[in-house]
Parts: sequence; C-alpha cells; structure tokens
Amino acid sequence: MSSLTTTPFATPRPSAASLPRADRDPAWARWILTAVALLFLAFFLVLPLALVFAQALEKGVGYYLASIREPDALSAIRLTLLTVAIVVPANVVFGVAAAWAIAKFKFPGKSLLTTLIDLPFAVSPVISGLVYVLVFGAQGWFGPWLIRHDIRIIFAVPGIILATAFVTFPFVARELIPLMQAQGTDEELSAVTLGASGWQTFWRVTLPNIRWGLFYGVILCNARAMGEFGAVSVVSGHIRGETNTMPLHVEILYNDYNIVAAFAVASLLALLALATLAIKTAIEWRTRGRA
Amino acid sequence: MSIEAHGIRKRFGAFTALDGVDVHVPAGKLVALLGPSGSGKTTLLRIIAGLEFPDAGSGRVLFHGDDVTDVPAGKRKVGFVFQHYALFKHMSVFENVAFGLRVRSLRERPSKAEITERVHRLLELVQLAGLAGRYPSQLSGGQRQRVALARALAVEPKVLLLDEPFGALDARVRKDLRRWLRRFHDEIQLTTIFVTHDQEEALEIADEVVIMNEGRVEQVGTPQQVYDTPATPFVYQFLGNVNILRAPAMAGVTGVRARPEAENTDGVIYVRPHDIELSHHDGSGSGLSAIVRHIHAAGPHARLLLEQVQSREHVEVEISRAELSDLNLRVNDLVRMHLRQAHSFDEDYAI
Repeated sequence: MSSLTTTPFATPRPSAASLPRADRDPAWARWILTAVALLFLAFFLVLPLALVFAQALEKGVGYYLASIREPDALSAIRLTLLTVAIVVPANVVFGVAAAWAIAKFKFPGKSLLTTLIDLPFAVSPVISGLVYVLVFGAQGWFGPWLIRHDIRIIFAVPGIILATAFVTFPFVARELIPLMQAQGTDEELSAVTLGASGWQTFWRVTLPNIRWGLFYGVILCNARAMGEFGAVSVVSGHIRGETNTMPLHVEILYNDYNIVAAFAVASLLALLALATLAIKTAIEWRTRGRA
Repeated sequence: MSIEAHGIRKRFGAFTALDGVDVHVPAGKLVALLGPSGSGKTTLLRIIAGLEFPDAGSGRVLFHGDDVTDVPAGKRKVGFVFQHYALFKHMSVFENVAFGLRVRSLRERPSKAEITERVHRLLELVQLAGLAGRYPSQLSGGQRQRVALARALAVEPKVLLLDEPFGALDARVRKDLRRWLRRFHDEIQLTTIFVTHDQEEALEIADEVVIMNEGRVEQVGTPQQVYDTPATPFVYQFLGNVNILRAPAMAGVTGVRARPEAENTDGVIYVRPHDIELSHHDGSGSGLSAIVRHIHAAGPHARLLLEQVQSREHVEVEISRAELSDLNLRVNDLVRMHLRQAHSFDEDYAI
C-alpha cells in the first residue's frame, strides 16, 4: 500500500531494497504480527497442552502408569477403541459412497443429500445425543419395543457407537466431495470406454485419485470419534467400567478431584491429537509435493 | 465399421442439445463434426460412444448396421479421446496404455508379455517409444494427446472418437498434430470421428465434414463441397469470411458472373472476399462501382476494404499482392467489382 503513495508513478526505483514494497510490510510490523501470533499460540495452545502433561506426571511416572492401568481406565480405553474401530470404517464407506454419488452423478434430491451431510456439523452434539434418546430411549418411539425384546441401545455400547457415528459422519464425505467434484468424471468415463467395470473403475481410477483426501478425512474422523464428548455423554449413562469412553472417564475422575489421574487419561487423548496433527501435516506436505 | 445415427434427440432440462440428427459415417473415413460451441457436436459424439443416451424413443445408433443404442460404452468397442485427455494421473504412460487390457476378464486378458509387447508397439506407433515410464504430468500437451490415443487404440476399437483433439494445444503444435493425425489415419484406416469448432482444421484433414448448428445438421459433404456450395447461410458464414450484400445493390448490374440462383432474387447475396475481381473504373458500366477505403497489404494476400458507391455497404476483397501492384490502387480510388462467384438463399433462410 504505502509504496503506491511514496513512489510516484513512472519514477524508476533507485533500489528495490531501500523502498517499501507493496508485497512486503515493514520489518517492525512483521515482527509484531509474528510475535502476537506466537504469543497467542503459546497461551492458548502450547501452555494448556504442556499443562496436561505436567499435571499428568505431577506424582511421577509410576502414578501416571497406574492411573492408566486402573480397570475403569482400561475399560474406557477399550470402549473408545471399539467405538473407533466400528465408526471409522463405517463412515469411510458411507462417506466415500455419498461423495461418489454427489460428485459423479446427477440425481433428484442431490442438494438435499448434500445439506443433510452437513447436519451433524450444524447441530450441537448434545442435541445429536438427545435425538437418539428420543428415538431409542425407554420413553422413545422404539423404546417399548426394544425393552420387550431386551435390546439395549441407550445407556449401552450401541448408543455410544450410533451417536459417535452421527457426529463424525461429515468428515470423510466433506473432505472428498470438493476433491471429487474438481476431478470431474472424465477419467472414470475413460476407464468405462476402455471396458472397465464399475468396481474396476472405482478401485483402479477413483480411489487412487482420492487416496490422500480420504486418508485426511479418516484421520479427522478418527480424532473426533475418540474425543467426542457431548453426544456420547447424553446416551452413555456414565456406567463406570461399562459405558464410559475416555473423555467421559476424564470428566468423572476430574469431578472426583482425582486431578492427576484425570490428566493422565487426558494426556493419552492429547497424544492422539498430536499424532493426528503430525500425520495430517505429513500428508499435506506430501500432497503439496505431488501437486 | 460404418456408423449411423438416426433421429437423435437430446434435451438437458430446457436446453435442446440435439434436435433430430441423422449422420452416416462410411467405414474407414475421417469425419469432422464441425460447429460452434453449443451446436451439439460433442453431445452427438458422446451418444455415439455410449457415454450419453438419446432421449427415450427418439433415435438409434447403428454400428455396421447393428443397433447399439442400448449397448453400454464399455461393450461398444469404441476408442474415445477426451478433450483434456483424461489420462490416469497416478499411472505411468505404460500403465495408462495397458489399462484397457488389464481390466479384461481373466479369460480374455492377454499374457503379461503380450501386454508389454502391445503397449510398446502402440507407443512406437504414436512416436512415444522411450516415454513409457513417465507420468502424465511430465509430458507436454501433444505427448499427452498421443498417449490418450494409444490408450484408446490398445483395446482394438472398431471406431475412434476424438473430442476436440487439438483444442487444448497451442497453435503450432495443433498444426503439426493435425497433419500427423491425417497421416496416422491413412495408416491405420480406422473409422474416425472428431469434433472441432475450428473450420480450418476440419476442412484440412477430414474426408467429410458434418456441419452442425443449434442441435441440427446443416450440411454434410467433402471439404470442397461444403466450402464451395454451402447449403445454408449459416454454413456460408461459418466456413470462412463472407460479404453479405443486400440484393438491391445488384439491381441493374450487368456482368455479374454469378451462379444462376444469384440472379433475379430480392434476398441477400453471399460473396467470399476472394471471389471478387477488381478492375479500374473505365466507364464501361459493367460491375459494381466502389471506392477503396483501406488497403491491408501485410500478409500473404492483400485485403481491401471497399465501399460500394450505390448502397454504401462495406465489402471486403482479397486479391493477390501481384494483382494489387498491377492495379496500382490507392486509398479513395474508384474501382469496379466483378463477382466471380456469388450465392443467394431464399430470404426465409437469411439469418
């Protein structure tokens, strides 16, 4: 900006370095902006994260390990892993199918489907959980029928899995739709004219083209599935050793004033977040390298 | 293998892409579908390929006399080359070309050695031997185009369909590649249809040109036929420069050596700039009087802009530079125009 006012039009510049340039702010401005951003990051991200680990290890490594190995904690870890093991593959299949349909075909109701995919992002997770209670709970639509047949969904593992699946549904599809739309259908049509079947086209042409986007979607979906609190909290019933996932277990420990144990379990989730970030950065670096 | 399309209609919502199109492509010919954008030429090509389908009950597509209207694209034995090539980005050139063979069922799939041999032979055919290991992103536009061609040919198609094959290339490569395609076609003798909006391209290499406009076929013929005897005003204007003269300007003009239909008409007359002869204004009274307004002599031909004395219409004339220097014309000189060949259509046809 300033270069436009200080440099008269059509006057040759004596030297590029000595004059302010439109694409470069003055040094002090750059330093201040960078410093503000770094300070902000330090206060709101690094410090809390460091605190999690500091608190977790406050009573030593032995106590830390004991907090994690405690039966209720182990049960929470197992349940979280089980949920992830079911929800992530299911959402990969749903997400790829939905993205494939939306990006590569024209059909009535397409915009409605696109909107519905965003629904879980639009509503509060607590409401997502409540919806399942209203549908499957004892007083819900299917409640009496479920009770008669002795099927437990709410306050049990199936409810947790359903709620988590709902909340994490958009991640894979959202990641893939713009990517697949940008790629168009020419490569698929080429494969078809060359005699490839639908499956062959998908496995040999579509999937390789979206693999990094898909991987990225899976990672985000996984992180959210492990960390989901609101929706799961509503449907879980908080039964220790049975229906507590890791985030719920952290809350219980915290409310019991067992701060160190709470932070110990929380540190596992934080580690997961860090690992996710590292993988995500690696993928972004890798995809940029290819582009 | 000959290709026929009868009464093809195709609508996209409110837009009519094809409005009852009939085309017949004889076996072994190189045929151009020529038309402006939106004329339906690409839609027609995709319908022939089986990538789109004509509106229900509207028409049939026949290959070698057999109805293939309901046969899916993969079973039609067509080689299709997309405008932007649509190469598989994540596969090497070799893998791209081999794709059509690799996806065959186990019974029909050639052995590994056969596939390798065939791919290399095809790459040689399109003059890309040695680039088998490259990826599409490492190739130039012309090279990608030829990889796409080799890939389409790998499945031994009965017809070759090319959508704007030179559309994405720069001018020089375009010229080289289209001549190469003509020679290539003479070599492989495969019935080929290509879509283009470039009349020069179509007239230069096609055996036959199908000119389309607004979802209809305007004219079919050899390049010479469509250029010399355009069937409609649209074709006249689409194929090269043309002067459109109001007929009253012709009233009382003698010495117009025009086609019979150009006489006694009250419509408009179409004259190509190079079909106008110029002579000095000698007072003999033959031809049309005009004033030279502008002379553009840079280039292979001299282009003159004349203004007709009677009607004040502007007329573009193209003469050789030798003629120009013989006539020794200057701006504002008075000249006589003689129409070597002119053409008229009923006023109903006029655009």
